[in-house]
Amino acid sequence: MSILKQREALLALAILLLIGLVATRFPAFVAPGSLVNVFNDTSPLILLAIGQMIVILTKCIDLSVAANLALCGMVAALMNGAGVPLPLILVAAIALGAALGAVNGLLVWKLGIPSIVVTLGTMTIYRGVIFLMTNGAWVNAHQMSDDFKALPRAVILGLPVMSWVALAAIALFTVLLTRTPLGRAFYAVGGNPHAAVYTGINVGRTQCLAFMISGGLAGLTGYLWVARYAVAYVDIADGFELSVVAACVIGGVAIAGGAGSILGAVLGALFLGVINNALPVVGISPFWQMAISGSAIVVAVAFNAAQSRTPGRIILKPQEAR
Amino acid sequence: MTAPANRLIPDRLQSPLTRALRSWEAVLVIVAIAVFVTNAFASPYFLNAWNLSDATFNFTEKAMIAFAMAMLIIAGEIDLSVASIIALVSTAMGLAIQAGAGVPLLVLIGLTSGLLCGAVNGFLVAGMGLPSIVVTIGTMSLFRGISFIVLGDQAFTGYPDGFDYFGQGYVWWVFSFELALFAVMAVVFWALLHRTNFGRAVYAIGNNATAAQFSGIRVARVRFILFLLTGLTSGIAAICLTSRLGSTRPSIATGFELEVVTMVVLGGVSILGGSGSILGVVLAAFIMGMVTFGFGLLNVPGIVMSIFLGLLLIGVIAVPRLLRGK
Repeated sequence: MSILKQREALLALAILLLIGLVATRFPAFVAPGSLVNVFNDTSPLILLAIGQMIVILTKCIDLSVAANLALCGMVAALMNGAGVPLPLILVAAIALGAALGAVNGLLVWKLGIPSIVVTLGTMTIYRGVIFLMTNGAWVNAHQMSDDFKALPRAVILGLPVMSWVALAAIALFTVLLTRTPLGRAFYAVGGNPHAAVYTGINVGRTQCLAFMISGGLAGLTGYLWVARYAVAYVDIADGFELSVVAACVIGGVAIAGGAGSILGAVLGALFLGVINNALPVVGISPFWQMAISGSAIVVAVAFNAAQSRTPGRIILKPQEAR
Repeated sequence: MTAPANRLIPDRLQSPLTRALRSWEAVLVIVAIAVFVTNAFASPYFLNAWNLSDATFNFTEKAMIAFAMAMLIIAGEIDLSVASIIALVSTAMGLAIQAGAGVPLLVLIGLTSGLLCGAVNGFLVAGMGLPSIVVTIGTMSLFRGISFIVLGDQAFTGYPDGFDYFGQGYVWWVFSFELALFAVMAVVFWALLHRTNFGRAVYAIGNNATAAQFSGIRVARVRFILFLLTGLTSGIAAICLTSRLGSTRPSIATGFELEVVTMVVLGGVSILGGSGSILGVVLAAFIMGMVTFGFGLLNVPGIVMSIFLGLLLIGVIAVPRLLRGK
């Protein structure tokens, strides 16, 4: 436990160092308004990383989150165009996201198909469905009602609603994971599925619930994304699932399941968010983003492995080359 | 997890013929014939030697990678970075023509940069013992990221004369260079997987890596070589694809990894490792190529084909499990 705490402290330190480094040359970057912006920009990543973290905790992976986000966002935009009231749209987006997550979860639970295959498949299917619904057409700002676009931008106590949603999700899921039987079950399923069965936990059902949480968060984020950027089309958030997985890995979530924390995933997301926001400030081309997050994943996973290497005796040495 | 195997020893073993008829490959042959016949009825343009030859370009490049990917998945690993390797290799070749390299040098650069990318994956997975899914998700964005750094929103064009042969040349009549290369590689990988000690080792590792280690197989080395092979085949595919398109953009070959994995899984390779055959992958490649081509003739948009591909990937694994009543 102390190692975990150490790791998150380390990551927080790295983020502060990064911000400090940028601030030495561009002091405006650390103005409160600017930092609020960075957090707000990172909110979608934080929301998805929380869901992804829970899925990874149960030994699965959800590569369909970005497609799920895009589909729910498009449905929200179309419902808005049809004149559906905003609260109903919000509920529908979350419900649809959770349902799409449940599709993943049920395929993993009932048919025992590896999650990477399921979500690689549903990733293209969900995105394809957007095309089938719209024929590739965009929903633009002028086709959206004002209250639809205003909600994520509305400022309450100095923070936009989108940031508040992220903060609420952090609080809610921290409580869920650390203070409820379901949270325990997520850790147990990932830590040792066989042992979890003997303690009376239904492994498949728990994994399915994890996918539904991830999907529901993706659905909510879909609305926020579409409303904030005031546009919906087939390719929004294309490739975003990689950043989400990257945030989790950087945050110290073990890909083999059973270890990790919400705080870690959030810090991992913030680390990427600070880099993405700092690059244009420092004057580095945004084309560097992809390579940087790629290297961050590789470095982080190597770091995780080095930290969690269990000490033990080697009873069989690898044969030397003759 | 996996259901315990039936411990009964039957009085009479199945004859080789019944076994062959009941195999996954037999199902694939039937599906291939069905797809072929449906296509022939659906479009009057399908049964034409040149059209069919064009259709092979839909799968040859992906299938080359699929052979190596099949071995990797049989050994219980996966490489999601193959499409990004194509992008990086293509960029490396683009840089080489800017420096005035000739065709032989271009090919050499393509092969070595593919091998290098494979070596990076191999070192991280086999050398450092990291999980291959995360490592290759990381290198997937790293390799393509490097292409983006080099190219931004630009493109390399102006490949020299003679370079177009690899993607556009024909060996004899309607048989393209790519199709010939595909056939040669199919035989080579078939021999490697089904007729050598190395192939045996791949199955052994996929079924039980610990037991393989204890029986004297150098597990890490085999894994490393397998990643080198996926890197190399991605390099070969990159040469063909770049030659066929005649240009390099950082977004080249996006989504190939999905199609390659689908091809391998459709070919009957268990995603959990330990079983599968090259023949299955060859048949799956033909089926996917003909389905894509048939859809194309019927003016079905590309994204609808990708829905079909996604359904195929899940369906191929789900249907047998549903039938077994799991």
